[in-house]
Amino acid sequence: MNVLWLQSAGCGGCTMSLLCAEDPGLFDLFENAGLKLLWHPSISLDTGTPVRDLLAAIEAGDQALDILCIEGSIVLGPNGTGLFHRLSGTGRSMLDWVRSLAPRARHVVAVGTCAAYGGVTSAGENPADAVGVQYDGARKGGALEAGFTSASGLPVINVAGCPTHPDWVTETLMLLAADALGADSLDGFGRPRFYADHLVHHGCPKNEFYEYKASAEHLSEIGCMMEHLGCVGTQAVGDCNVRSWNGQGSCTRAGYPCINCTAPEFEEPGHGFTETPKFAGIPVGLPTDMPKAWFMALASLSKAATPDRIGRNATADRTLVPPTLRKPRS
Amino acid sequence: MSTRLLVGPFNRVEGDLEISLDIDAGQVVAARVNSPLYRGFERMLLGKRPEDALTITPRICGICSISQSAAAAMALAAAAGTIPTPDGARTAALLHAVENVSDHLTHFNLFFMPDFTRPLYADRPWYETAVDRFSAGQGSAARRAVEARAALLHIVGLLGGKWPHTLAIQPAGVTRAPSLRDKVRMGATLQVFRRYLEDTLFGAPLENFAALSDAQALMGWTTGDAGLFLRIAADLDLADLGPGPGRYMSFGAYPGPDGSAFARGIRMADGPVAPLDPATIAEDLSHAWMLGDTAHPETGQTRPDEAMADPGYTWCKAPRLGGQTMETGAFARQVVDGHPLALDLAGQGGSVLARVAGRLLELARTQVVMETLLAAIRPEERFMGSHDTPSKGQGAGMLEAARGALGHWLRIEDGRIAQYQIIAPTTWNFSPRDALGVPGPVEAALQGAPVRAGEDTPVSVQHIVRSFDPCMVCTVH
Repeated sequence: MNVLWLQSAGCGGCTMSLLCAEDPGLFDLFENAGLKLLWHPSISLDTGTPVRDLLAAIEAGDQALDILCIEGSIVLGPNGTGLFHRLSGTGRSMLDWVRSLAPRARHVVAVGTCAAYGGVTSAGENPADAVGVQYDGARKGGALEAGFTSASGLPVINVAGCPTHPDWVTETLMLLAADALGADSLDGFGRPRFYADHLVHHGCPKNEFYEYKASAEHLSEIGCMMEHLGCVGTQAVGDCNVRSWNGQGSCTRAGYPCINCTAPEFEEPGHGFTETPKFAGIPVGLPTDMPKAWFMALASLSKAATPDRIGRNATADRTLVPPTLRKPRS
Repeated sequence: MSTRLLVGPFNRVEGDLEISLDIDAGQVVAARVNSPLYRGFERMLLGKRPEDALTITPRICGICSISQSAAAAMALAAAAGTIPTPDGARTAALLHAVENVSDHLTHFNLFFMPDFTRPLYADRPWYETAVDRFSAGQGSAARRAVEARAALLHIVGLLGGKWPHTLAIQPAGVTRAPSLRDKVRMGATLQVFRRYLEDTLFGAPLENFAALSDAQALMGWTTGDAGLFLRIAADLDLADLGPGPGRYMSFGAYPGPDGSAFARGIRMADGPVAPLDPATIAEDLSHAWMLGDTAHPETGQTRPDEAMADPGYTWCKAPRLGGQTMETGAFARQVVDGHPLALDLAGQGGSVLARVAGRLLELARTQVVMETLLAAIRPEERFMGSHDTPSKGQGAGMLEAARGALGHWLRIEDGRIAQYQIIAPTTWNFSPRDALGVPGPVEAALQGAPVRAGEDTPVSVQHIVRSFDPCMVCTVH
């Protein structure tokens, strides 16, 4: 399958993350999966005229397009013209190009949260009037209409994440190349379920602290960051702590909270990114699928039952108290 | 009678770039650089909590993300009078150095070298080797570099959770205290990266490359992919292509308790390295699609001109130091740091060769910087101090991204961001003309570039532009 990759109004970080693909490396993976780049702004040789010719050929229907990957939000400003971002050398806005090319593609993939929902590019006053390819925040209808489907019959596939994990992109593309990604493979926000059916909480190394609500009070302390430091790993989708990032990493493993970067409108949480909003001293926002009364009951019970080891370690920057050793019964 | 060419989409640079060229008698007589994307990060930040800058500004750029993060943390620390703990500062510097090294590697292998695989060079003696090593997305060197880079970034995975867009760097230190086990693991990663540099990029001990003292010695280097580049550079006279303004600026790289690894300062023409006076920085808006007057970033505004009126031709402002254009980047950093090879190349006027060699030199030197930083990290110490953001205050964060001098200027009022201005390295290098009509550094470097008969995307222009390693998403932000 061939792939055309366009970078719209974003930071380019999803491509930079993609280049971190390992086992195998990105170029080997593409080759082995039969994925051929028609053009990618960071990787391909061509500049200028041959790229404009390629785009024209796709637009005219002379060049088939299997997968259109769009990275970055689409800016509508100023005043709906899209001229805050023109695709260089073409005199046309990226908005115009996306609307023209998307219907030609067999599949359309929005790479990253900006392309999916607008993302950080739409933060604050949203100066450039940024939207996602098919969503404007959590609402359907972005640069493309709410009901858009590509030639495959699928809506835009939202490989959300800020940045995306390289494997989320490569596995989506490999599944498309194998014709193995259907409508039921996507969640309610268009995200591939192979990673969106997980919560960031799954596999988080702070799980034992979470069990007792033994909480870190300041960044760098190793306790659970849900109660005080804004962590929404129990609500955010992503297999970040199952597959890990850049070797052994994840946000919570590095000691800072999950900010829900795979979700629409994560850029405006309504509170500081590293603060937990509270009502009457109790954190607002429950773990996904948890009834409130049960959560409150269990939380107060487990907090009262916190072992000394876990309580003391929670507010330290390293393990102060190791687990008690159990001698085997001889 | 000159003709005009529009070059774009201009790829293998980070972000969007369009260049307009006036061509006469087989050479470029004038160039205008357009940064065609405006997002408005400085406006997004207004009214937000000051700490939000730590989450939002890294997302200006996916390739200089840690640089943006470190600059925001530094500006917040300056506003609060916070000093990071020594080991927190060393760890932040190590994170930053890994990003800069990764960027240099990406630039050389994926962005710059593939231009030598173009069929127009098929008659050159090095062509087959260049194709084998650097074919876009396929070459053996490109594959190896991507793997080496991904492995090196495990250090960011371990300390910073992920790359890009970590939230690990804070005003008072870093969010994860590395253990002794983490330290030996990162040491193993650095050793493997050293082996990659020595086996593949330099083909010899990297200390030998770092010890090169002049251009003649440089051109005698034959091993590794560096040797291939130098063979190409000699054949194509890249030492004569794309001279810069001859004025170099660095904000100083990797500040910390042990001093900066690469010095802060400026160097004008053949003069000595001199102190930098940040008060003389000003952004000229005369040829940008921006409204307002020339201003220092402490008072400057970002108000886009939605009419995109003439004589504006880009969303990029034109920063000047004391009214003059400045070149910034790895080569400038090595010049300001006083490395003899860089000084000798600067004496010859700067060029495509000088910029790429400067980056290779910095790759060799920064490996040693990373090893030194890691060795100095003491796992038993504190990695985070205390920090309280004041309800009123101001501060600047000025440091060196891979591509050069990066500054964040922040003012806090009533506990909220009242002013936030950013000048990125490529804002300097790819700035438009100023009110005096003086072109920006790249615009000037392109004047005189040869254009072959029938070329609509001149290869010389591509070599020159890519030698600066532009980051266009940072440029306008």
